Amino acid sequence: MSQTRLIQIEQDILAKNNAYAAANRALLARSGVLALNLLSSPGSGKTTLLVETIKRLRDRQRIAVIEGDQQTSADAARIRETGVPAIQINTGKGCHLDGHMVGHALEELAPQAHSILFIENVGNLVCPAAFDLGEAYKVVILSVTEGEDKPLKYPDMFAAADLILVNKIDLMPHLDFDIAQAVANMRKVKPSVKVLEVSARSGAGLDRWIAWIEAAHALERIGADATAQLSD
Amino acid sequence: MHEMALCESIRTTLEEQSRLHNFTKVARVSLEVGPLSGVEVEALRFGFDVVMRGSVAEGAHLDIIESRGEAWCMVCAESVPIEARFEPCVKCGSHQLQVTAGEELRIKELEVN
Repeated sequence: MSQTRLIQIEQDILAKNNAYAAANRALLARSGVLALNLLSSPGSGKTTLLVETIKRLRDRQRIAVIEGDQQTSADAARIRETGVPAIQINTGKGCHLDGHMVGHALEELAPQAHSILFIENVGNLVCPAAFDLGEAYKVVILSVTEGEDKPLKYPDMFAAADLILVNKIDLMPHLDFDIAQAVANMRKVKPSVKVLEVSARSGAGLDRWIAWIEAAHALERIGADATAQLSD
Repeated sequence: MHEMALCESIRTTLEEQSRLHNFTKVARVSLEVGPLSGVEVEALRFGFDVVMRGSVAEGAHLDIIESRGEAWCMVCAESVPIEARFEPCVKCGSHQLQVTAGEELRIKELEVN
């Protein structure tokens, strides 16, 4: 005989993903790895920007890359050409990386202590915003060809950003893109957000981006050292 | 369409709960969804029916409680209602808002037998 009853569970639907992300974050913190989650629409120049970033950092930093795409391992191959280890996650029908996929990729990739881990998410300005991967920061890339209205059209993504890179600024002379308006729109969604203008192709502004990464990396290292001392 | 992935997460939770609370059939699932949760309610309903097939919640009724968005306005120094992330404060027009409610995405209650 069955009896109808009510069960109160009050469970966050993303709780599972968040638990995987927390485990990733703890693992990365123990070894002082700085993880950056790179997010953008398809075609914003994420992979090119990543390749140029790696070229400027590889002589003095240990780097590893996780690449997320629905299909193909073309991006991981492009990254490996720079000489750094990269692993490709194909999400199949999935529109975003999640904490569980990244956890498996971390086991396989095993980034070295004190390295910088770039996680290039699936090109999509909607879904990846909801899934914490365990990264230290979310970096959102918006290229000038996409238009200044995108922060208002995809507010969840821009609200989640710790840093926004406005890419392809070398194309500005050919476009009507109003960068002041774009930044104003970003600040409507997230008043405190930091914005850097860059061009992966011309190299403009990349020095500041590199300086930001190394500052974040230094902070991560201080955190890991302090934690290690506390547990001694 | 991350609503499908969310539905899969709901399905896993329901399967776990069925073992924990010893039930075999879910008649109703009650979800709380905030306006700032990034979820399209219609897509969630569609995904729910498809994903629950073959599970303890096949054919279950989905109840969605749409909660309200709320933010702290730094300028007014008080709580104000908000419907979307880019909206200004309804009182003073400022964008210096800190979201305090509306991001909920939660399974509240199950009716089971």
